Amino acid sequence: MKFVKFLIAGALFGVVMAKSEAFSWFRIQEMFRFQSFHMYGIIGTAVILGAIGVYFIKKYNMRDLNGNPIMFFPKDRSTKRYLIGGTIFGLGWALSGACPGPMVVNIGYGYLTMIIVFGFAIVGTFLYGAIKDKLPH
Amino acid sequence: MLEFIQQPWSWYISGALIAGIMFLLLFFGQSFGFSSNLRTICAAGGGGKLVKFFDFNWKSQLWNLVFLLGAILGGFIASQFLSSGGAVIISENTIADLSKLGIAAPISAQPNELFSLEALFSLKGFLILAFGGLLVGFGSRYAGGCTSGHAISGLSDLQLPSLIAVIGFFVGGLLMTFVLLPLIL
Repeated sequence: MKFVKFLIAGALFGVVMAKSEAFSWFRIQEMFRFQSFHMYGIIGTAVILGAIGVYFIKKYNMRDLNGNPIMFFPKDRSTKRYLIGGTIFGLGWALSGACPGPMVVNIGYGYLTMIIVFGFAIVGTFLYGAIKDKLPH
Repeated sequence: MLEFIQQPWSWYISGALIAGIMFLLLFFGQSFGFSSNLRTICAAGGGGKLVKFFDFNWKSQLWNLVFLLGAILGGFIASQFLSSGGAVIISENTIADLSKLGIAAPISAQPNELFSLEALFSLKGFLILAFGGLLVGFGSRYAGGCTSGHAISGLSDLQLPSLIAVIGFFVGGLLMTFVLLPLIL
């Protein structure tokens, strides 16, 4: 029962990704070609509202529904891993037109060839885990 | 009302709802980061026996796998009940640029040249889908997150590492769009 709320949140996410068209390869191409405000508007709105909300959560030490304080953990300081990892991610994002969330939304929507893309994303993560100690971080 | 919902949603409604989903997950005691699921799936599949990185208590991440199932369900709901079934209306400039690469104007949400079964069963088409996924999976874990974890959650928390990662997303995305795609397609 405790998982139902995550199923509903995930379904809302899936509907938003599809209805905003953020799950479309065409929209990602349009974004990387700077030919429409659409994707920037979506991400920008989410980040501005997100930053305002996070500010108030911290300021008033808000708690989650279990009564625990909502915590934010600073990410490890590094430049290499974020820049190199991010660049590799970006190459894949522009090629497949989908990041991991939208991949599975596409599968639900009926674009079943995205199963291949998502399957190889799992393989890619496994590869990273296998060679991560040899990579600069 | 239904007609309104069936149209594509504007960027400000969509962006606000995404922020809402992030807050919902924080309120549920978790955080918004989708690509962690890829690591969890590797661990659940027994990857921990081969690679130490996947040897962790993945059951603590079950909530996120349920979120993933919800996302699939959401895609299904959108296509079956909330769609007007039209093509994605993108910029005329994008249509012109893509036609030079052999990608026809949208007739749905995804180009047939890349995502149809015919494309999948050609060697080039298969390699495009496979490499696209591989790079996303490898890069997201290397960078410690994807669009949801870094661009939304991380930037909302004003985290410098997330800004660096997002800059990386664009370095890679622009390189693919303007340099590699014309060679590949």
